[in-house]
Amino acid sequence: MANTTNTAPVTAEHSEMPAAQAPFPPFAPVNLAPLLVWLAISFALLYLLMSRIALPHVEKVLRGRRSKITDDLGDAFARRKEADEASAAYQKTLTDARSNAQALAQQTYTRLAAETDAKRKALDAELSAKLADSEAQIEAMTAKAMANVGQIAHETASAIVEHLTGKPADAKVISEALASVKS
Amino acid sequence: MDPIEQFAVITIVPLHIFGIDVSFTNASVFMLCIVAAIMAFVYGATRKGSLIPGRLQSAAEMSYEFVANTVHLTSGSKGMDFFPLIFSIFMFVLVCNIVTLVPYSFSVTSQIIVTAALSILVIGLVIGIGVFRHGFGFLRAFVPSGVPMYLLPFIVMIEIISFATRPVSLSVRLFANMLAGEIALKVMGGFVAALLGAGVAAIIAPLPLIATIALFAFELLEAVLQAYVFAILTCVYLNDAIHPGH
Repeated sequence: MANTTNTAPVTAEHSEMPAAQAPFPPFAPVNLAPLLVWLAISFALLYLLMSRIALPHVEKVLRGRRSKITDDLGDAFARRKEADEASAAYQKTLTDARSNAQALAQQTYTRLAAETDAKRKALDAELSAKLADSEAQIEAMTAKAMANVGQIAHETASAIVEHLTGKPADAKVISEALASVKS
Repeated sequence: MDPIEQFAVITIVPLHIFGIDVSFTNASVFMLCIVAAIMAFVYGATRKGSLIPGRLQSAAEMSYEFVANTVHLTSGSKGMDFFPLIFSIFMFVLVCNIVTLVPYSFSVTSQIIVTAALSILVIGLVIGIGVFRHGFGFLRAFVPSGVPMYLLPFIVMIEIISFATRPVSLSVRLFANMLAGEIALKVMGGFVAALLGAGVAAIIAPLPLIATIALFAFELLEAVLQAYVFAILTCVYLNDAIHPGH
């Protein structure tokens, strides 16, 4: 912008010139040589700066970034593969552990069931033995009691007969009568 | 408020070497400043070479990749030899065009001498490369393949005319667009000032101001577009020299 302020007074001088006399500036042949020379200088400078310094530098920056991205992507893919493998291993361990646990549980269950079964059977046998004992006892007692009943019936019958007839009953007859009633 | 005066080349330091006028002018100042600005932009912004670019570095890298892609798409991998030249041309024309829009600045690309010189550089290079790489084979550029014999003379004539007009169209397109845009902006701006000083008519002064703003936006588009057109046509013409007979 400093350049513009420098040339501003000169521009003012120019505008005082009558427009009809001055040629259209973009076509003025006077400008040919200075414009061409300075264009050549500027453009050659620009071309040299761009082709030798600036563009190779930008290319280097871009290539650096591209290779960094490619490297990082490769890295990331490798890591992901690793992670996938680790996850598969973990899943496998988990499944193994679960099946082991299941097997163990099943085993324990069957073992416990067998134990309980055995205990229950032993108890059953014990109980049946006790029951049989008790039944035998009851039977014996019943037999004993029944034997007593025969004697009581005999005595009672002789007492009743003695009371009815007024004379002692014949024991033999009573025993026969009792036997006929029993059978 | 002469809309033409902005194009005047004003001598700052008169210089004559071997009878040639090499005076240092306002055009020289602008051209050298533009070269310095481009260098500062492209090299300065990427100097640190950060892995994660900032805004300016991003812009410099984008301009690099944009031009590189354009060259690669139009001229193939062989055209990449000319990438520095096309990048220089694109950036030079682009920055000249944009600087043109700054008030009180000098418009380098509104000088037909400048645009013609750039076009002649491009066409000269096209001919030079064509002849150097293909010798007489370069003449195949004027003979498209698969054309019936009876049409060939006309086609060759058309091709020669189209080739001969290339430097003219290339230079005049850029020059005329920038010149016309600058004049239109200046005239519209002049209307604002004239209306403001014209008493009651001052109330309609905002109308040309709005037009100036719209025109400015359009000229900004034009500045970028013309630089792109210049660069891509350079690529297309160079492609003809690299691969003649397509």
